[in-house]
Amino acid sequence: MSNRAVLSGRHFMMGNIACAEGALAAGCRFAAGYPITPATEVAERLAERLPAIGGTFLQMEDEIASMAAIIGASWAGQKTLTATSGPGISLMLENIGFAVGTETPCVIVNVMRGGPTTGIPTVELQGDVIQARRGSHGDYQIIALAPSSVQECFDYTLEAFNLAERWRTPVFVLTDAFLGHMREEVVIPEPDALRLVERKRFPAGADVETLPGFLDLDVAPMPIFGKGHKAHVTSSCHDAHGRRNVIDATALDVFAKRLNDKIETHRDEIVRVEQDLEGAEVVLVSYGSIFRCARASVEAGRAQGLKLGWLKLATLWPFADTAIAAAAGKAKHLIVLENNLGQMVHYVQAAAAGKATVSFLPPRILGEMHEMEDVLRAVKEVRA
Amino acid sequence: MSLTPYQHPLAKFIRPSARSTANCPGCGNGILAQAILQAIDELGLTLEDFVFVSGIGCSAWIPSPSFFADVLHTTHGRPIAFATGIKAAMPDKHVMVISGDGDLTAIGGNHLIHAARRNIAMTVFCVNNGIYGMTGGQVAPTTPIGANTVTTPFGNAENPFDICRLVEGAGATFVARWTTYQPRQIVKTAKKAIQKKGFAFVEVVSQCPVEFGRKTGMGNSVQMMEYYRKNSVSSAKAKGLSPEELTGKIVVGEFVDVEKPELIARMAEVRAKAMAAAGAK
Repeated sequence: MSNRAVLSGRHFMMGNIACAEGALAAGCRFAAGYPITPATEVAERLAERLPAIGGTFLQMEDEIASMAAIIGASWAGQKTLTATSGPGISLMLENIGFAVGTETPCVIVNVMRGGPTTGIPTVELQGDVIQARRGSHGDYQIIALAPSSVQECFDYTLEAFNLAERWRTPVFVLTDAFLGHMREEVVIPEPDALRLVERKRFPAGADVETLPGFLDLDVAPMPIFGKGHKAHVTSSCHDAHGRRNVIDATALDVFAKRLNDKIETHRDEIVRVEQDLEGAEVVLVSYGSIFRCARASVEAGRAQGLKLGWLKLATLWPFADTAIAAAAGKAKHLIVLENNLGQMVHYVQAAAAGKATVSFLPPRILGEMHEMEDVLRAVKEVRA
Repeated sequence: MSLTPYQHPLAKFIRPSARSTANCPGCGNGILAQAILQAIDELGLTLEDFVFVSGIGCSAWIPSPSFFADVLHTTHGRPIAFATGIKAAMPDKHVMVISGDGDLTAIGGNHLIHAARRNIAMTVFCVNNGIYGMTGGQVAPTTPIGANTVTTPFGNAENPFDICRLVEGAGATFVARWTTYQPRQIVKTAKKAIQKKGFAFVEVVSQCPVEFGRKTGMGNSVQMMEYYRKNSVSSAKAKGLSPEELTGKIVVGEFVDVEKPELIARMAEVRAKAMAAAGAK
């Protein structure tokens, strides 16, 4: 294996490997994980690559411990990652909430597989989209990205680190069994060409008794461990100095709202969509691997003279409601393509707010890709 | 004539904004808190040499927020898993976990045995009060058989853990147990545990007069500590006693102090090996 952190050049690469390489290029030097299909290659690659570039990979006793370990290492100043699939996320969710509440930057790759429950590990499904948004208890915001190609597995994982560092929060990369095991060309830039974001850190000599380290809407500097900042880090209700307050409802009001608003008030800086709505009466809304079906269907439909467009949710969360509302204002119909029983469609419906009709189209068989003829038939039906 | 205000010699270790304790009157946590800080002081270390990690439960509030240091107060049962990430990312710091028997051996039992197996250099203090105190006196994996608690109103039907033997069996390189009646011994043992290059585990049997004492009928703080005084048996003496003679006794002392390869050091070797292999290509 290479001792270069950034494998600049052209590669033919598996999606899970591209996620691992995106993490390394972003500066991730600590990862922890637990074996699970179809995500294991991410951990395997990091276990192989990290030691040679001075990093650490730990295979922990379970996913709960993996999530805990990457939060601990993040407080030690590292960029950290764990990768798993649905059942592993279910186990991690309490500690993901901890990372939200303590404003800990870290990245979680979820290579989604066929659920519910243990389901089918090797089948692709987009079943964990709402789980990513609301799986941990209580009200909070999360950032989640959904790549559609192996190149984007690299690009979005790197970007997930940038968002985690900028907003001091856990960030999901939601890929799936199809993308994770697919091989495509990936171009990795030279190290100098990468745009990397680093967290704001406490100034030397400051401690949390005098300088606030939490609950700032524009993100407080992080009092990294081992630098004399004497950080008190608790996920229980706390003030801007990390002082616990579990007796005062008004303190909880501030705690919950500041955490929420830190992301909510910066939606426009975080949310990304890609779209081609040129002359479209019908817009296919999709994300992740299913976007590939949507775009191919739009191209085929346009060749038949259908007025079609596409909108890809690059960020799933925060939800791109402004972009959806704008698309609904231009088009007559939105069709939401998802490989599940209908998760994002409800958010699309709410954002469209009656300005366009919204319908849902799953694949013919859950866990398979959409057939182009099914998509085009649905387009013709909504126009009729 | 003016009097010089008396300053507790360990007050320098207390977070200025931590004005009070959440622990009940008579709780054993204060005894352990003082013993740990005294050990650190006697070793000539400062709190900047440490990261403290705790879970959920009364004893998790020993370092959080009182110790004027980097403190991570984690989810229930998981402090050792968080501490593993911290230690791996900052090997030069002492990482100390302080938590309770419910946190470390029930919900967090998996992390405890695996950290012991890995022999990662960290110090774990387990305050064993034999009950879930914070939630109001429910049975724990350490509650004596037959004891009445709020979730065993007709007597506990389960056997308790011998936590020290569990951790020893899992591979810990330093294992000890004392009661809050032996604070000087705790200080001496804490100094060894902190300096141990491996997984060091110290169980401190501690009184919870409000939840354990009342519900099981063991009485108040003084009565419970009196029980510890009368029933503590040194590990040397315990070797000559039959199981019947040991019933109701608390075997105290340092049980294990051995050398084994330590995880962080081994991982540095792995890194060197990987770098050499990568450089050779």
